[in-house]
Amino acid sequence: MRLELTRRPQPSRRMALLSPVIAVGLAVVTTAIVFMLYGVDPVRGLYIYFIAPLTEGWSREELVVKATPLILIGVGLAVAFLSNNWNIGAEGQFTIGAITGSMLPILSPDFQNFATLPLMLTLGALGGALYATVPALLKTRFGTNEILTSLMLVYVATLFLDWMVRGPWRDPMAFGFPNTISFSAAASIPFIGSGRLNASAVVALVIVVLLAVIFARTLKGFEIRVLGESPRAGAFAGFSAKRMTIFAFAVSGGLAGLAGIIQIASVIGKLQPAISPGYGFTAIIVAFLGRLNPIGIFIAGFVIALSYLGGEAIQSGLQVSSRMAQVLQGTLLFYVLACDSFILYRMRIVRSHAGASAPAHA
Amino acid sequence: MGQPASPVSADIAATPLLATEGLTKRFGSLTACDRIDFEILPGQIHALLGENGAGKSTLVKMLYGALQPDEGRIVWDGAPVEISSPAEARRLGIGMVFQHFSLFEALSVAENIALALPPRGRRELAETIRSVSREYGLPLDPGAGIADLSVGERQRVEIVRCLLQQPRLIIMDEPTSVLTPQEADILFVTLRRLASESVSILYITHRLSEVLALAGRATILRRGKLVATADPKAESAKSLARLMVGSEVMGIERPDRAIAETKPRLQLNRMSLSTDNPFATALCDIDLVVHGGEVVGIAGVAGNGQQEFFDAVSGERRLARDDMIVMDGRAVGRAGVNARRRLGAAFVPEERIGHAAVPGFRLSENVVLTRHATGEAIASGYLIDRGAARDVETRVGERFDVRRSGPDPKASALSGGNLQKFVVGREIDRAPGILVVNQPTWGVDAGAARTIRQALVDLARAGSAILMISQDLDEIFEISDRVAVLSEGRLSPTFPVETMSAEQVGLLMGGVHHQHDGEGEEASYAA
Repeated sequence: MRLELTRRPQPSRRMALLSPVIAVGLAVVTTAIVFMLYGVDPVRGLYIYFIAPLTEGWSREELVVKATPLILIGVGLAVAFLSNNWNIGAEGQFTIGAITGSMLPILSPDFQNFATLPLMLTLGALGGALYATVPALLKTRFGTNEILTSLMLVYVATLFLDWMVRGPWRDPMAFGFPNTISFSAAASIPFIGSGRLNASAVVALVIVVLLAVIFARTLKGFEIRVLGESPRAGAFAGFSAKRMTIFAFAVSGGLAGLAGIIQIASVIGKLQPAISPGYGFTAIIVAFLGRLNPIGIFIAGFVIALSYLGGEAIQSGLQVSSRMAQVLQGTLLFYVLACDSFILYRMRIVRSHAGASAPAHA
Repeated sequence: MGQPASPVSADIAATPLLATEGLTKRFGSLTACDRIDFEILPGQIHALLGENGAGKSTLVKMLYGALQPDEGRIVWDGAPVEISSPAEARRLGIGMVFQHFSLFEALSVAENIALALPPRGRRELAETIRSVSREYGLPLDPGAGIADLSVGERQRVEIVRCLLQQPRLIIMDEPTSVLTPQEADILFVTLRRLASESVSILYITHRLSEVLALAGRATILRRGKLVATADPKAESAKSLARLMVGSEVMGIERPDRAIAETKPRLQLNRMSLSTDNPFATALCDIDLVVHGGEVVGIAGVAGNGQQEFFDAVSGERRLARDDMIVMDGRAVGRAGVNARRRLGAAFVPEERIGHAAVPGFRLSENVVLTRHATGEAIASGYLIDRGAARDVETRVGERFDVRRSGPDPKASALSGGNLQKFVVGREIDRAPGILVVNQPTWGVDAGAARTIRQALVDLARAGSAILMISQDLDEIFEISDRVAVLSEGRLSPTFPVETMSAEQVGLLMGGVHHQHDGEGEEASYAA
């Protein structure tokens, strides 16, 4: 007896929609098993992890706050991944966006008017885009592997931030703490809820809709998909793969940079050494869980945001390490990729050959 | 089974060397081979005949251990065997020469052969290669690099490699598809010699003339089923074609071209293209004029620059100077593919999947692929009009009889012939003034091939200029008005097709081919 994967004549639409759902289900079961190994009642553990965060107003707002950067980065990464450009360095572009966006309130703290915030967001997006262009140019010019270069630039960016906030940009009044001055109201994104919910959620929503339209209706979206699926056909259509590489990295880096400055200008309020719980990496999971589709990524962003909140909840409620969130995210990505095989393949169990063709080696 | 031995092998033995019983292979819902029973006698040249998609390759892959049958069994030398891998097949004495060669281009002849054999001394191996290859009329220089060899010579390497394993059965997959007629004749001499030494040969082909000339027995497959086992001596090309296709194949209607229409529409002026890839062919000083109303055929053996020629004319690779290509009076050598399309040119590349069409896209999206920049309603500015694309898809589907499983399926869901009709139809639907097409009917069934060729002739007679690159000489002779031959990146002068015979074109194809060959085998070409 053996398992055999046979190619389906047509990719299964049903499996394409079901695959992330099955993957989430399997990830929940795995989490329950881990809870049991920890000696925690799995039902109680799952409740505190997945349900409790949704029962209170402040934590529902927190869910949106955590989902916003994930969605922003995730839709940008979809542009890169769909066009076959593997930008793994969103975390670095997020960090650089936070730094370039913060230049204005840190270097000219007195520049406070209606233009302050839009300028900061623009600078953040530009910084992220330019930083992402580095691996893109290395790829188009020298044929380097963009996975390695974009990933390595993450460490460059985070260490650069660390140096900036401990060195040149440190607030002299901060009693030696490594952080910059706090931003003025004009340089902060307004809160719109009772907790930390702020206007950046609206920005993310607009960008999701915009990208959904671009993918579905425009020639640019078509170009992205053609070059991702078959570069040769893309050249035949008159599209340039090299220009697409630069475009895709610039867009995904720009959105990651935007998410970075949004994070600083809303919930943190100043630059400090740690500004992200790994949003740039987790957004890769969000992008794939959401099928590289903007609407799907929107939903996936909330699922993954819940895993962050749940991780904090079990730490305070059950004294289980919040690292659990990373375990869950990892297993989730694993299951999504595994379940995706069933979109193209059907699994069946084959019994060994009937007697007629039994092996009879000469 | 009591089948009478064929005349050729009657005096050798009557026990089949290899027999299959009810051999079946399924891929999903498709039954590629459906209960195949056939047998090969020792010393027999056995032709396996069928259209593309008839199941020939699948059957042969099972015999060579590359695929495992779902049902049925293989009997080798009287005993049932399970051939679990190509290594197992070689151990039994089954060798195979592939259609697409499995050679490492950066290695030498001897190194490639050594990879397939048990280890032995270099000098000894080189000597063996030299003597065996000369003995069988396939001279080879063991030290030559594969990259420097012509396609015909590469095939020799494959055959010699196979011979050194001392096989009892040699499977050859469409061996002449890459050879000039003259090279094919040399191959036939070798095959007859092997058969006389009681080596069996299973010869896969769709060329009827070769079956008549060579084979002692022919097994004909159609849509995965064995439809006939015939003695070629008792058949004609026509009767074999009927068995293979299942119905009469209609000819092409080809009206004389109107003499008045002689406007040059496509001109190539000393077109050259260098290459930085050592395995590609550079183009050198190509001159050609294609007039409105005519089909010009470019013949040649694969790998003589056809791909580079197509890429240069289509604009996928830009040229150094604008005046190297003139389309309807405009110099476009440095213009891109869409600029040329806007001048009324259209292009159909050789590879359907992944070049002419994106397999994972719907047909209507594949309409957008080549027609988004031609000023049509399909794409205006930044937006795509899906409705307009679907209209084209429907129109092409009806006009060219593209059989689709449902409305607007993905390109990968179509059979090769239907997808080819679609990608040709997509361009003809624009009524292009210039159409450049590479291998228009490669791997396509007879019915679809006829539809496509007729459409090309009709488009030409309506005033367009058609440039057709093809490795199929029958196709060249069937629809071209003039023919030229591409050999090692150089183009011969054009000749009216009525004045040329297949042999003459074959000589041009061989043109400058043999400069790398080993010692003194030019003499054998004279034979």
